[in-house]
Amino acid sequence: MNFETTIGLEVHVELKTNSKIFSPSPVQYGVDPNLNTNVIDWGYPGVLPSTNKGVVKSGIMAALALHAEVEKHPHFDRKNYFYPDNPKAYQITQKDTPDAHDGWIEIEVDGKKKKIGIEEMHIEEDAGKNTHGNKFSYVDLNRQGTPLIEIVSKPDIASPDEAYAYLEALRERILFTGISDVKMEEGSMRVDVNVSIRPYGQKEFGTKVELKNLNSFNYVRKGLAYEEKRQQRVIMSGGEIQQETRRFDETTGKTILMRVKEGADDYRYFPEPDLPALDITDAWINEINDSMPEMPASRRQRYVNEFGLKDYDAMVLTQTKEMADFFDAMIKLGADPKMASNYLQVNVNAYLNDEQKDLSETEITPENLSTMIKLIEDGTISSKMAKKVFKGITEGKEPKKFVEDNGMVQLSDPAQLQPIIDEVLSNNPQSVEDFHNGKDRAIGFLVGQIMKQTRGKANPQVVNKLLMASINK
Amino acid sequence: MDYLGKDIFSIHESLVNGDITAEELTRQTIENAKKNDEDINAFVVFDEENAIKQAQEIDKAGIDPDNVLSGIPVAMKDNMLTKGVLTSAGSKMLSNFKPIIDGTAVAKMKEAGTINIGKTNMDEFAMGGSTETSFHGKTKNPWNLDKVPGGSSGGAAAAVAAGDVLVSLGSDTGGSIRQPASFNGIVGMKPTYGRVSRWGLIAFASSLDQIGPLTRTVKDNAVVLNAIAGKDEHDMTSSNKEVPDFTANIDKGVKGMKIALPKEYLGEGVDKDVQDAILAAADKYRELGATVEEVSLPNSKYGVAAYYIIAPSEASSNLQRFDGIRYGYRAQDAKNLEELYVKSRSQGFGDEVKRRIMVGTYSLSAGFFDAYFKKAAEVRTLIIDDFKNVFQDYDVILTPTAPTPAYSLKDEKDPITMYMNDILTIPVNMAGLPGMSVPAGFSDGLPIGMQLIGKPFDESTLYQAAYAFEQNTDFHKQDPKMGGAQ
Repeated sequence: MNFETTIGLEVHVELKTNSKIFSPSPVQYGVDPNLNTNVIDWGYPGVLPSTNKGVVKSGIMAALALHAEVEKHPHFDRKNYFYPDNPKAYQITQKDTPDAHDGWIEIEVDGKKKKIGIEEMHIEEDAGKNTHGNKFSYVDLNRQGTPLIEIVSKPDIASPDEAYAYLEALRERILFTGISDVKMEEGSMRVDVNVSIRPYGQKEFGTKVELKNLNSFNYVRKGLAYEEKRQQRVIMSGGEIQQETRRFDETTGKTILMRVKEGADDYRYFPEPDLPALDITDAWINEINDSMPEMPASRRQRYVNEFGLKDYDAMVLTQTKEMADFFDAMIKLGADPKMASNYLQVNVNAYLNDEQKDLSETEITPENLSTMIKLIEDGTISSKMAKKVFKGITEGKEPKKFVEDNGMVQLSDPAQLQPIIDEVLSNNPQSVEDFHNGKDRAIGFLVGQIMKQTRGKANPQVVNKLLMASINK
Repeated sequence: MDYLGKDIFSIHESLVNGDITAEELTRQTIENAKKNDEDINAFVVFDEENAIKQAQEIDKAGIDPDNVLSGIPVAMKDNMLTKGVLTSAGSKMLSNFKPIIDGTAVAKMKEAGTINIGKTNMDEFAMGGSTETSFHGKTKNPWNLDKVPGGSSGGAAAAVAAGDVLVSLGSDTGGSIRQPASFNGIVGMKPTYGRVSRWGLIAFASSLDQIGPLTRTVKDNAVVLNAIAGKDEHDMTSSNKEVPDFTANIDKGVKGMKIALPKEYLGEGVDKDVQDAILAAADKYRELGATVEEVSLPNSKYGVAAYYIIAPSEASSNLQRFDGIRYGYRAQDAKNLEELYVKSRSQGFGDEVKRRIMVGTYSLSAGFFDAYFKKAAEVRTLIIDDFKNVFQDYDVILTPTAPTPAYSLKDEKDPITMYMNDILTIPVNMAGLPGMSVPAGFSDGLPIGMQLIGKPFDESTLYQAAYAFEQNTDFHKQDPKMGGAQ
């Protein structure tokens, strides 16, 4: 029997806003428990939520990044359930009118492109955190009210590899909007996975199994691959798939039964009466659209088609929005694209690796790096000298000034170079003779002598030109 | 010091003239209220210490002659957050709850210079129409101690009627300001939904709740609404509609005003005496130059049914936060989390609250939502449309506030009969309109109130109509006897 796999992904993206979605408390981690909370986050009697407009804007940005249709009059709904980390005993979310619906993103697996549909995406608040120990349980509400966007895929994902590619594409697009860090390791991106299989030709979907504890894209792919096989084995041996939740075990790569689902949870959703429906105008959507950062796929295309970069280079430059923005800024400042690409990928990336820093945490600016490249191009400095200049740039120095202050200006003036060349030639008649006898190596020696005389400042290209002219006279 | 026969303006004059200081006034007010409370139990708690401190500060700064509220003692319903002062919403669940913040209306009253002397009794979480479901015991009607004061703002209304204070703030979800105002022969205003911020009001049904003033006179009422109305950044449902001076046109009379008299509000189930009082009020308005015509509000009869789905649904969600974890009552004998929830809530809530939580939970459940909550929301739209139609041709709607005068404390009451008592006030909340109750007659020595309903954010016209009636009738001049019926 041959099966086809259907995978559904629900991705929670934590938004990078200054304050929470319904309260003015700061969104910030690593502080003492319950420090970033106020009466709204506590679910205090008599208090009311106020919607953070920045969150709504982020939702629209996400929608536009995922080609989704923005809901013009979204309202919030309450999802009711008791839990100590949920102080109001309801979560404010969107059920009837998700923030946006019917989007898509393009993925590529084994050279084949495919569009994956996005069913809907909605804005909601995160819950707090319970911790246990010491005979007590503790509730920390710092995370309570952190804004989230949940993005629900259509049942278009048909393999673990496609799931992986979808998550990559989704992460990358969200990252480039700047609304979230989308880091799974830090919890700013979380993935709920469900998977079912059915024999080819069967109309109805198979029974869904939910997978938990998939803490990286790789684990998602591995867990799905294992689960796909497991379900096939069960069916092939005459068994039936149960609606259940399974945990992925990172050490064995297997999925382990956690619990069988009995009936659906009843969250008693109803419209949140404390928050009037929002009015999203076309003007606002257009304004946001006009200020949307260019998506990575489009940038890669541009880098390849317009600047003649290789696919791989374009890929490296678009790993982060910071890097891509940096590159674009350098191009705008007139830097040569290939040189800019090289310096970013080699020198800058090596520096970032050594220092374990993000680009924004360094002193390197597009202006300074572009200036350095121009200094190389116009022969002011050699690429060897550029290494020193780059070090200066990482210390916040302006390249032109750095070059001057350190007496690094390359000697390119023929009037200054000619006397030195003449002197070297007259001091080394043997080498001149060797050259005329066809020994090209003699040139190298002569250039070396000239460089020695100028303490390395001579412009090699100019020296070469002048030397050849003089020696052939 | 009692306030029978007085109003904000006369007390203000005494304060400005120095006949009495704010401190003296406050002390005497509390003393009198405490004495009256032995009979009527209108207060849950007095906040003597803060009140006197505040009065002393006002005396020190001097009474502001341009602010009639400066130094006036007032009372707050027990579901309104008062910093450091018990706010129990009439429930065992919050019987130890002292908030760390003032609600917006409370804060605005403080800014206006009024002095809060205490918290008034109410039905538990404002669920009820007789103040009999309070954890703090029943409040009695000052007109007849064997009768209920109405509810849920029963303590607020009784305190004003008995002359304890000139002003109390109440909340109204389905009639909880207007019906007790009617039962106590005073003036009660439920403003337009969104007119007064709900920040700091312990929620019953968020889409219906509204804070408003209970006073002895119409003009006092308008003065207080001036102080508490307006947009609040803390409440997204509060309106940024401009707040006019509600006293500005109050004495312009009703000449040429078009008043509608919906026939459905004067039909079966409404006491003969009440019907007569309202018909007499209609005649009074005609006499004063208004046109009064019969109209129809055909969908109002579904109001109670729809209300008793929407309000409990919202309440079931709003009251979930009382789970024994953070504040309020916590059961001591729970062995695990689930037991902590179940026991704290079973022990902390009274029967009526539990009943409504169950009704609401059921109405919102998967499989029932469409048949109940959604249907009720659709009915709500029909009720709103009814009112819109009438207000195309009329300025004000005149109805009884309640089908009967205050009923007996002793009677056995089944929930449905109690719910039907709100039949005339509920549609106003469902439509978010302003409505007020004004004294309009007596039946066996018990006050009868008439309800005036206005267009959204048109409280001014209501005050204008109410004032004209009050100035040409004597009902508000009578005082309760504070005695039993026998």
